[in-house]
Amino acid sequence: MATEPLPLQKTESADPGPAGAPEDAVPAAGSTGEPLVRFDKVVKRYGDHVVLDQLDFTVDRGEHVTLIGPSGSGKTTILRLLMTLEKVSDGVIWVNGSPLSHVRTPGGALKPAGEKQLRESRKKIGMVFQQFNLFPNMKVLQNITEAPISVLGKDREVAEVRARELLELVGLSDKVDAHPSQLSGGQQQRVAIARALAMEPEILLLDEVTSALDPELVAGVLELLGDIARNTDITMVCVTHEMNFARDVSEKVLMFDAGRVVESGTPEKIFSDPSHERTREFLNAVL
Amino acid sequence: MNGFDWGAVGESLPLLLEGFKVTLLATVLGTLVAAVLGLAVAVAGRAPSRFVTVPVRVVTEFVRSTPLLVQLVGAAALFNTVEPLYIGITVLGIHYAAYTSEVYRAGIDGVPKGQWEACRALSLPPLRTWQAVILPQAVRNVLPALGNYAISMFKETPFLAVITVQEMVFEARKYGAEQFAYTEVFTLAGLIFLVASYPTSLLMRKLEKRLGH
Repeated sequence: MATEPLPLQKTESADPGPAGAPEDAVPAAGSTGEPLVRFDKVVKRYGDHVVLDQLDFTVDRGEHVTLIGPSGSGKTTILRLLMTLEKVSDGVIWVNGSPLSHVRTPGGALKPAGEKQLRESRKKIGMVFQQFNLFPNMKVLQNITEAPISVLGKDREVAEVRARELLELVGLSDKVDAHPSQLSGGQQQRVAIARALAMEPEILLLDEVTSALDPELVAGVLELLGDIARNTDITMVCVTHEMNFARDVSEKVLMFDAGRVVESGTPEKIFSDPSHERTREFLNAVL
Repeated sequence: MNGFDWGAVGESLPLLLEGFKVTLLATVLGTLVAAVLGLAVAVAGRAPSRFVTVPVRVVTEFVRSTPLLVQLVGAAALFNTVEPLYIGITVLGIHYAAYTSEVYRAGIDGVPKGQWEACRALSLPPLRTWQAVILPQAVRNVLPALGNYAISMFKETPFLAVITVQEMVFEARKYGAEQFAYTEVFTLAGLIFLVASYPTSLLMRKLEKRLGH
């Protein structure tokens, strides 16, 4: 399954500006120079506790970025902010040159977006969770077709054909009619990946997707994600403790500590010649 | 105390069964009202606006803090042109909705946070989130508790006699007064309640086990 070409379309629009992008996208940002994702002095606080501190970082279109760092360093928070599951306390996240969770007032200032606009922003972004979060009341097929039908307005048949293709991709063609509870953790996570892909996201967020899996199931899921990374132009942002995956799949690794990027670079650089002491400590502890 | 009059038992049985039909009708329709209204109240209680949540809370608190009997008599006096049975069903339904809404609330709270987040990550609109994901899971979890309220309502239908609904206990009282055979007729009514509700509660327990995994 892993070696065959994937039935994934490269995302249709190589040019940015997908349908549904807010009209007040910043025109000056242009389309070529602007990274796909840009965190601009993003702050996230829970009460007095600062999780992200004036964070700046970018992800280019098609890039696969891995965030590493100790627990509590704010990695998962970054994904949750990108998925708009959390609100930024300060700063702006730009996606495709448009503010992700803000809208422009007539005066040109930015204010937090309402739920409806957030739903629009989310359409370009998919997320796979550590705990899978499949819908236990639906069969596998409906888990995958639900959002394409009710959000993208696809015909049921079209959505089901696509869902079957995706299930084939993740190696679970025979589980179409199973309920999530009848699947192993690894299988559930594959369905969750298929479900996220069914929405044809530009950006796929992977939040420690193998942490809840039995060790022998990890490799298969990582291999699948590697295939997706190589055979599609979906931009990926992963939080993982699987350093091998970070090394094999990503072009850029960001080392986090205490809400800041300690250092970033190619996996070769970070893993073989880290320049920061904190990175060396961390890698010594996990490798 | 006279001896137990078996003749009275035989004679009153058809009357009681006639009343039992009304009892059953009031229970089934009352449960339906409580199930639907309770769900609406539970969902409304989670509305983002206080203009919705505060009135909902005030009304449910009022209903829960006053006796069913008082509510029945009050409603019958207010709507004295309406058929008592309809008033009875509506008041039973509303009274129990105040409780079932709590059951639903617990069921909704019991749906893991990850389910909500998955819905948001997939951009599901609120209606679809509730309809396709949250409520099916919440309702499944609380089905046994709802069943127990239905049984409880069944046993409280005799209150409807107070507003002249001719349910079973109304009939029993009438027969008892006419024939002076209260012991017999109320024993019989009690037995009918027992025969109807015990198997139902057994069924609920079975259901509870099956859903409990």
